Amino acid sequence: MIQLKNINKIYDDGFQALKDITLTFEEGKINVLIGPSGCGKTTTMKLLNRLTEHTDGEILIDDKNIKEMNPIELRRQMGYVIQSIGLFPHMTIYDNVAAVPKLLKWDKQRINQKVDELLNMVDLDPKTYKKRYPSELSGGQQQRIGVIRALAAEPSTILMDEPFSALDPISREQLQDELVHLQKSINKTIIFVTHDMDEAIKIADQIILMKDGEVVQQGAPNDILLNPVNDFVKEFIGSDRLEQAQGLPPLRSFIDEVYPSVTVSDSVADTIEIMVQNQKDCLPVVDEKENYVGSITLYQALANQQKTVEEMVDHSIDSYEETIKTEQVLQDNRLVIPVTSNQRFIGMLDQEKLLQTLHENFENKRGGQ
Amino acid sequence: MNFLTELGQYMVDNSSTMMALGIEHILMVLYAIGLSLLVGIPLGIIAAKFEKLAPVILSLTNILQLIPSLAMLAILLIYLGLGFQTMVIGLFFYSLLPIVRNTYVGLKEVDPGVLEAGTGIGMTPIQLLAKVQFPLSIPFLMAGLRVASVIAVAVACIGPYIGAGGFGKEIISGISLQSEIKIYAGAIPAALLAIIADLILGKIENRTKKRMA
Repeated sequence: MIQLKNINKIYDDGFQALKDITLTFEEGKINVLIGPSGCGKTTTMKLLNRLTEHTDGEILIDDKNIKEMNPIELRRQMGYVIQSIGLFPHMTIYDNVAAVPKLLKWDKQRINQKVDELLNMVDLDPKTYKKRYPSELSGGQQQRIGVIRALAAEPSTILMDEPFSALDPISREQLQDELVHLQKSINKTIIFVTHDMDEAIKIADQIILMKDGEVVQQGAPNDILLNPVNDFVKEFIGSDRLEQAQGLPPLRSFIDEVYPSVTVSDSVADTIEIMVQNQKDCLPVVDEKENYVGSITLYQALANQQKTVEEMVDHSIDSYEETIKTEQVLQDNRLVIPVTSNQRFIGMLDQEKLLQTLHENFENKRGGQ
Repeated sequence: MNFLTELGQYMVDNSSTMMALGIEHILMVLYAIGLSLLVGIPLGIIAAKFEKLAPVILSLTNILQLIPSLAMLAILLIYLGLGFQTMVIGLFFYSLLPIVRNTYVGLKEVDPGVLEAGTGIGMTPIQLLAKVQFPLSIPFLMAGLRVASVIAVAVACIGPYIGAGGFGKEIISGISLQSEIKIYAGAIPAALLAIIADLILGKIENRTKKRMA
């Protein structure tokens, strides 16, 4: 676990880059530091491997103060990926990936095995690529090597400083996907610096939003999207993303509240009568307390006119509580959707209203582009 | 045509002398270049590592380069006496500037991103220099070496004035004897030597560049 406690960073010229930062980076998660340029996000990251030293406060890694650790050893225990990729142009891919294990004096066989394993992990065939030089690779491939170089010595923490922002959009998307995928199998603590909100939302488990050397908001991407603490955060997220996150109106607004229902004690004949009158082929069935128990379809009712409603209720048609998200209901893709509030039947979902809203949203988004 | 056959005849007749002069010429240059690599690379590294010393080191080597060659050799003669070693020292002073300056520039030109990566993965300053910075500055060093070698081959021609050998001996005795053939017999091989050195070192320079690109 990495903790920052009351960190201040003041440069020699008196400029205060970081103001009283207190932070915890979640173990085994992707922590994204984000903010406009000059907000101190990169400085914060570079404190961790002591490429920059903090003025006061303390940084603890697994409860050990990093000021008491040898910076060279500290760096060897941490992966480091940078925007300019920084592969050593005079070394082969093998030597680049093996750089840290060699510094740590691993034996040759172990290094070789590790390099093969890592190259396979990012889908670069070891036989083809090991002997090549960085200039013979595309930008996306080079940064893949940059990432696995950081992983080579099996560090528990990886620092990434805008690693994908110099890449073309397609490679960037691919590498983001790969990173998320990779993280599931390697489970490292990743500190990721970016200025790209889309990237942050896509990959982050925790987002730390900074401005002028201070942490403005910290939390899961959804948290921040749904509850931005102030106007700066809202502005930084952008109105498009806010609307998207806030999504569709609640289920309740799509309910047809005058939808007829029958009680368990009604007769099937009466039920058919109601269906015909209202031109419905399916009715919800409620008990004496108006709690939803199931539904009855016209087809079943016609075939069994002598029986009672209680006998004919189809319990397999579940109802939805009104608190559930509208998007969730959409995903289930059902035709008959009874809605309840504390199990009491309050109406049927009106598909037409829902479709109308979806259509409007779609039009808005298209118009906005 | 007649002159060319005469010249050829002369060179064949004196082939063993010519060979000896050639070897001496090459040796002077090699010793001097070796010495200036030995001294110049560390000086270049020091200049690159300690920015404050850079102007001092660079202007000192620059001044050495600016002294006219005959004057420099005459001054050296006063302290070191006649002979081969004096010439080697003179040539060494002459080749120092290209070596020091190119080592310095080469180290400074290394992509800062690569250096940051090296530091970030936990290289010590010495490891960074030995494994990253210096290897990457080699194309620059090679360019310096090429310039230094060509200069050294040329300056070595005035060696006989201070008692050293080389192709200059033929040229100078040609002047005193007013023998065109002798002058050419010294000048042509000396020029060829410079051209060959330039070509070979240029090839090596390009090869090192290609690997870094």
